[in-house]
Amino acid sequence: MSTPTSSPSVNLKPETLARIDEVITHYPVKRSATLPLLHLIQEDAGYISEDAILWIAQKLELQPINVLEVVTFYPMFRRAPIGRRHIKVCRTLSCALLGGYKTCENFQKEFNTTLGATSPDGEVTVDFVECLASCGTAPVVLIDETLHEKVDAARVKQISAQIRAEAAARK
Amino acid sequence: MPAPAQHRLIFQHIDEPGYSNDIDCYLRNGGYEVLKKAVTQKPEDLREEVKKSGLRGRGGAGFPCGFKWSLVDRKSGKPIYLIVNADESEPGTFKDRYIMHQDPHQLIEGTMISCFANDVKQAYIYIRGEMPEGARILEKAIAEARAKNLVGPNILGTAYSCEIFVHRGAGAYICGEETGLIESLEGKRANPRIKPPYFPAVLGLYQCPTIVNNVETLCHVKHIVQQGGAEYAKIGTPGNTGTRIFCVSGHVQRPGYYEFPAGTITMGQLLNEVCGGPLPGRTFKAVIPGGSSAKVLRFGERYKGKRKVGADMVDYDWGVEDVPMDFDSLAMIGSMGGSGGVIVMDDTVNMVEALANINAFYQHESCGQCTPCREGSLWMKKISSRMVHGDARKEDAALLKSVADQIPGRTICAFGEACSWPTQSFLIKFKDEFEAYPEAKKTLPADRLSLV
Repeated sequence: MSTPTSSPSVNLKPETLARIDEVITHYPVKRSATLPLLHLIQEDAGYISEDAILWIAQKLELQPINVLEVVTFYPMFRRAPIGRRHIKVCRTLSCALLGGYKTCENFQKEFNTTLGATSPDGEVTVDFVECLASCGTAPVVLIDETLHEKVDAARVKQISAQIRAEAAARK
Repeated sequence: MPAPAQHRLIFQHIDEPGYSNDIDCYLRNGGYEVLKKAVTQKPEDLREEVKKSGLRGRGGAGFPCGFKWSLVDRKSGKPIYLIVNADESEPGTFKDRYIMHQDPHQLIEGTMISCFANDVKQAYIYIRGEMPEGARILEKAIAEARAKNLVGPNILGTAYSCEIFVHRGAGAYICGEETGLIESLEGKRANPRIKPPYFPAVLGLYQCPTIVNNVETLCHVKHIVQQGGAEYAKIGTPGNTGTRIFCVSGHVQRPGYYEFPAGTITMGQLLNEVCGGPLPGRTFKAVIPGGSSAKVLRFGERYKGKRKVGADMVDYDWGVEDVPMDFDSLAMIGSMGGSGGVIVMDDTVNMVEALANINAFYQHESCGQCTPCREGSLWMKKISSRMVHGDARKEDAALLKSVADQIPGRTICAFGEACSWPTQSFLIKFKDEFEAYPEAKKTLPADRLSLV
């Protein structure tokens, strides 16, 4: 990672900046705010850019590597943009025992995409994730911030139709 | 023998019609009365009650909570921190989610009582990143409690002040390990810390004394302070006091969460009566009793030995169905009660494929710090996945076992054990199935459920 010659640009919304300043006060040591800042920036910008890493490092008085090593360690942080909606299907045992793999495959078919890739219309990214801690209602799927339970083939169709309807309404 | 009745202590209001997660509903149901009583008592007396209660941690290790608190360095002059471990992520475990979503104030009350009892001025709830809704609910609940002077400065007119903040993880299972969690809260990679110091109670967050307790454990503290440690200890069995929440998933008719007095229900009662038994036309094959890292039990096997009942040693000869679901009995038969996550597999499941699924999980979640775990979990995953998706060889069984045998005891944290126990136990108990897999694979139905 190159050393910035000028200030890194992140273009965050004013409310994100306000939340960033507030969250730093939660900790006696600024470095603790690394994960919260990464979450806030990813929620605002969609992903963690190189500038975002440099910006956080400056903000928290850290070396950029201290931020980068956190980004690469935690699976939820991503370095590139994804689809507008993020479909995360639980891959782990309890869900797999009740058809989690089929659920994941069905979502990929619905949106004409492959695992980890974004649909051609840019609308949806389908991923597998590890245990979502809702094993009693398997198979489960986290779409953006909402958990969907007992997602069998019929539910996949229903949910997919709804996502498409919401996308159409935006256009 | 019929299964005992459920005893809903922690889950009293879970899924109760009309019960909502706002503070008014909680107060209407007698909420925060225990905190009000607690702040008039001496902190050391509260700690003594928790000790008397015999409460064992509900996060997985079953470590005595009162003892954990007694290890806190109270003379260092440094601030003492309390961290709520809400990083629920052991596959098969799904109890804390319901507490945080449906009854967050129970957790906040338990946390505040525990903070007061330990002179903690700052608590953090470390919630897993995949629970954004839970994080929002907790933040709202804390704000409500703060507005009513139950969290924050000068709580209830006393001179005691304590703040709680919610801190979100970002998808790493290892953050459930308490020293990994502390590193993560410090803004670093969640690499568990080298021991000694053996307990964060001595040196934890920011090198200060730190208590890390599971969500459910802290809820139990509220009930202990409410009824008194001795009274609480009457629930359950000696050494396994209070109630225990079982999270049952996989191949049963009624999966879900069930709360019983600890040690009073057997595996057979839980699975056959409470959960309705196997799915139609199927039979139980195997069960993992305490989260996916617990050693698997095979239906049909017997466990024999001597155990202590009261003052006497008596012989036991149990099938899987007869095993009491408490920490000690499950440890005695070579597995563990862990986090209470019971994963059931029936006769449609091929054990090689089930293990391949588990191995993929542990490979993904190894923090990579220690070579035996980083490389071992990777090789176990590669071998078991190859068996399923590529060529399977008869000698793979022995190879898998030998990789697994070289991990435990050679790593900084217990993840080394966690990732090798599934492979070790599957290979010991289902050796026949692993050795037969290269041949059996040719005749397995092509349209069977994919597990990996």
